[in-house]
Amino acid sequence: MSNVLVFAELRGTEPKKITLEMLSAAKKIAAATGGKVLAAAIGKGLAGMGAKLGPYGAAKVFLAEGVEKYSTEGYANILANLIKAEAPAVVLIGATALGKDLAPRLAVKTGGGLASDIIGFRMDGASFIAKRPVFAGKAFVEVAFTGAPAFATVRPNTMPADAPAGAAAEEAALAADLRAPKAAIVEVVAGASSKPDLTEADRIVSGGRGMKDRANFKILEELADVIGATVGASRAAVDAGYADQSQQVGQTGKVVNPTLYVACGISGAIQHLAGMRTSKVIVAINKDPEAPIFQVADYGLVADLFDAVPIFTQEVKKLLAS
Amino acid sequence: MNIVVLCKQVPDTETKIKLVADSSGIDVEGIKWVLNVYDEYAVEEALKIKEAGKAAKVTVLAVGPKRAEEALRTALAMGADDAIHVEDAGIYGADSTVVAKALLGALKGVEYGVILCGKQAVDDDMAATPQMLAEMLGIGQVTVVSKVEIDGTKVRAHRDIEGGAKEVVEGQMPMILSATKGLNEPRYASLPGIMKAKRKPLAKKTLADVGVAAGDAKTKIVGWTLPAARQAGKVFKGTADDLGQRIAEIAKLLRNEAKVF
Repeated sequence: MSNVLVFAELRGTEPKKITLEMLSAAKKIAAATGGKVLAAAIGKGLAGMGAKLGPYGAAKVFLAEGVEKYSTEGYANILANLIKAEAPAVVLIGATALGKDLAPRLAVKTGGGLASDIIGFRMDGASFIAKRPVFAGKAFVEVAFTGAPAFATVRPNTMPADAPAGAAAEEAALAADLRAPKAAIVEVVAGASSKPDLTEADRIVSGGRGMKDRANFKILEELADVIGATVGASRAAVDAGYADQSQQVGQTGKVVNPTLYVACGISGAIQHLAGMRTSKVIVAINKDPEAPIFQVADYGLVADLFDAVPIFTQEVKKLLAS
Repeated sequence: MNIVVLCKQVPDTETKIKLVADSSGIDVEGIKWVLNVYDEYAVEEALKIKEAGKAAKVTVLAVGPKRAEEALRTALAMGADDAIHVEDAGIYGADSTVVAKALLGALKGVEYGVILCGKQAVDDDMAATPQMLAEMLGIGQVTVVSKVEIDGTKVRAHRDIEGGAKEVVEGQMPMILSATKGLNEPRYASLPGIMKAKRKPLAKKTLADVGVAAGDAKTKIVGWTLPAARQAGKVFKGTADDLGQRIAEIAKLLRNEAKVF
């Protein structure tokens, strides 16, 4: 009768997509452990969270109301108290900027083990075995837990959320620990882009060294706008100053997992391929027919990207309108 | 104020990963071992803080087998003052909790205001040890840091979050900061630097010295696999004249075959 706890990360007062994905995964884990799915949310204006999370699988939702902003220590204290009281077998947290900051601290606080950025799992009887990439996806390991609870941060877009069904979850209050943290956020500087982060994006258009100049990324932006994609870049493009560091895809940038990845003027260095090879569909546009990117692309186009990308944008626009 | 920089030796990012015959781990034959790229940013930042007169000494600390000494020598050649090496032949690939505990033990008796390290090691990609160590030490943390400002005992750091946004985080020393790309441009070790590094103090400790015991691990790797090779796709070659046709064909396939639109 071991329960599974999902940390419900929110955007404002709405659950993030990764939260719904984790609830669906938690249902499968709980089916094997014979327990229930619990969820915990921290924030402000959490009324109605039981109705938002219940249909995705949560049986009970714990709410720490009145917390204005994130702090590692504050969130870790709140969740550690809950974990000590409820003793879940497995705790799932999103592998997001927040989740990756929080989970290791929480694991130490509660004596659990941690697997970061998992992309799958299996149940060995009632034991949870996590699968995670290492070397940015050049290999995978299966991780068993010798410490309890088993903490896993879950990579977005790897475990599809089931369609909502069923009733609202029971709600319970969770004490918000309001001690001042040793490190506190004093300001948040908004990013230039309103698009989803690369790690959460369903579609990505990326540019490489072949873009030749920062201004040329405009043609990728136009394509991205048409298909609702986030714009990424290779290390070569970032190092050359064509794109921002936050846009880098690869082993020393972000590891991404979109449905569609369009690589433009990217040769396909091993460290870039490591960061995007799990994309479901890869399109590559490069004028060099020998570029390694064509070995992983589902659809390759040997052409000058400056000719091809604007035409591609128009073709897709037509297709989407038809 | 002294600074400690946590260093890890990892395979170069250009390494092609292969598994040993029984798939119980990676084949280390022929691997080029280097200082983790994110740790280079941490070393550079520590040196910059020292050069600005805000720190007296930079100590580099690594947990690893004998060869990890080379990564420490790299950091010393960049300009760090001394090094501590927790050496153990079987430690590579250990659970993050064990490594954090080893670091905790190695820091006993070491005076520091700031601990700098990389946001993650590019081998196991756990991105966990800095936060675990912060909790064990009971000190504040800022992860994924792209800017550091030191004002007396106050630390102000910019943390990169989603979509290019940044959180500005403040705290009092001691603090642990994990560095990301963009923090600085790491210097190359100069030849005199490399020569000098050979004579800089490097203290050795064992796992027993730092209080790590069997059974401290909280996880265990039970299987290794390599990703399935992606099936070769369709490559459309041609001339400028048929470019429009080729692109229209790809767009149709994306809709009808790949079903992404």
